[in-house]
Amino acid sequence: MAKKLTIHQEKVNQETAEAVIKVCPFGGLEYTNQQLNFTAGCKNCGLCAKKGPSGVVTEEIVQDSTPRIDKSKWVGVSVFVEVDVDGIHPVSFELIGKAKELAAVCQHPVYAILIGSKEKNDAYAEEILAYGVDKVYIYEDDAYSTFNMERYARCVEDFVSKVQPSVLLYGGTSLGRSFAPRVAAHFRTGLTADCTILGMKENSDLIQVRPAFGGNVMAQIVCPNHRPQMSTVRYKIFKMPEKVTPFGEKVYMDTSSLDKSSAIETLEIKEKEKVTDISEADVIVACGRAFKSKEDLAMAEELANLLGGVVAVTRPLIEAGFKDAKFQVGLSGRTVAPKLIINLGISGAVQYTAGMTGSQLIVSVNQDPSASIFDVSHYGIVGDVYQVVPQLIENIKKTKGIL
Amino acid sequence: MNIVVCIKQVPASSDVKIDPVTGVLIRDGNNTKMNPYDLYGIETALRIKEQNGATIKTITMGPPPAKAVLQESLWMGCDEAMLISDRKFGGADVVATAYTISQGIRKLGDFDLIVCGKQTTDGDTAQVGAEMAEYLGIPHIAYVEKVLEVKEKSIVVRASMDKTIETFEVMFPCLITIDKGHVTPRLPSYKRGKTMENTNIPMITFQDVIDQDETHYGLKGSPTQVERMFPPERNTDKIVLEGTVPEQVDRLTEILKDKKYI
Repeated sequence: MAKKLTIHQEKVNQETAEAVIKVCPFGGLEYTNQQLNFTAGCKNCGLCAKKGPSGVVTEEIVQDSTPRIDKSKWVGVSVFVEVDVDGIHPVSFELIGKAKELAAVCQHPVYAILIGSKEKNDAYAEEILAYGVDKVYIYEDDAYSTFNMERYARCVEDFVSKVQPSVLLYGGTSLGRSFAPRVAAHFRTGLTADCTILGMKENSDLIQVRPAFGGNVMAQIVCPNHRPQMSTVRYKIFKMPEKVTPFGEKVYMDTSSLDKSSAIETLEIKEKEKVTDISEADVIVACGRAFKSKEDLAMAEELANLLGGVVAVTRPLIEAGFKDAKFQVGLSGRTVAPKLIINLGISGAVQYTAGMTGSQLIVSVNQDPSASIFDVSHYGIVGDVYQVVPQLIENIKKTKGIL
Repeated sequence: MNIVVCIKQVPASSDVKIDPVTGVLIRDGNNTKMNPYDLYGIETALRIKEQNGATIKTITMGPPPAKAVLQESLWMGCDEAMLISDRKFGGADVVATAYTISQGIRKLGDFDLIVCGKQTTDGDTAQVGAEMAEYLGIPHIAYVEKVLEVKEKSIVVRASMDKTIETFEVMFPCLITIDKGHVTPRLPSYKRGKTMENTNIPMITFQDVIDQDETHYGLKGSPTQVERMFPPERNTDKIVLEGTVPEQVDRLTEILKDKKYI
């Protein structure tokens, strides 16, 4: 079933055209030569039909003629296990935990796919089984000892073709985000980036929710007529699952026939210097647009020091060059879940809040009482950070007996 | 060498809100701009052109007004531009968008290198570049922060991953997506703009693409569907502290002390 939008030109005039164009947030309509037409900007959302002048655009649900896929042939909720310089990336375990919840709804098994070299794979497979997956599909070869886009994609494509999983989840790491789209395009299937909520329907349709337009809107996305359904999810969006007594099995896949050539040669892999990682901090003082200059961050640093935490910032401050990108909280930066986060002068776009709502205690300071940051906070102070922060510092010092 | 740079027109402000009562999207103004990451893509291509010699073509998919970003790319120093636009391309998700642009690129003739911005600021998926590479059957490297060397048959690039900095040599033809970093995009030149004022920007529509299967484009070619849009969940037990600012701060200090943060 699909939504079909129809423009009724007989009801179109200058006035109705302007009214309906105004309703569309995407520039999806244009009025030229007394004709109202859809443009390539149209997202088929139907707002023009629902909210525009009556009868100018109408929507109807049509049965499309594309053959339905047989969902009963696509079974299993699977997770691509990412291995990096530190071993298995913990986001893979978080996804296995979520996969088990999803699989329980439609009674599917949970699978993991592991690609790597012989000497390390066995230990990794044991680690994975300890989180309670039904099967670990293993692709081993010396050619897989380090990540190569083309070789890894062929393994996952082989897995999808042979196992036919209903769902395939990837960690939203730099590796997962650059690699998963290739597999999605290969199978012409959907891949929803940076999901913050995943749910499952009984018919095995995956419900995927992500922030849209970088702003305060959540979009619920489904992929009802294609399999596998694929999503990427950032680290620390889902909880780490408990370990169980392993019951699953290892399945070694035949890699001898897979093409191992590649037009990409890795010349060097250099580990980045390990700095204080904001996603590991217990306390975060996060600064937003209220901070007028780089120097003003000093007061946030002082506050963070007193609380045994670190300073993080929002995307606008990264763009202004106040701090290095690794200190950015948000979906395009790091997802954090500290014991305490103090948001200073942050308005609270979903792009940001989705990256920190897992925090145990959220305190926010903002001059605007209607700022959406307060909607996700436990405690809010309406005030200017330039007044609040120095006083808070003084209070803490007094309490600690430093003053 | 031939370089194609893929660009996109995005809303100038990402400040979109949803009315919790009516469910209508409210977008702040109708201003648009070039996706900021694409400026780094264009700059990267222009530097390759200056050092090694190249022809740079820019391409975008969007409604006709999206021509503005193509114009801007010409003013910055790119040589040719092409718009992909058709009602049949509307409603496209990542798969359909990537496929349509890959079809457009095939109309541009031979290429050695495709450069994309790392992601757009409106969709934020960072997926279209990689999916295009798959449809064109070429390798890609994402998160490139620097082009180190352009050789006759390959390019050496440095990419910034989460925990590592990786250097790759990739054979042409290939696609790279550019992160912000080591280059500062130049401004469009007014003088160049003057001389290029009458440059024709051709438009490709559905009837021009090679694959004429309508189910591969636009809404019909999109496996994903947006079921609904809604405002994010609100925390109902929030407490906004009351009183003057000093009083509020005193109260917060007590709370932090109670909860043993101090």
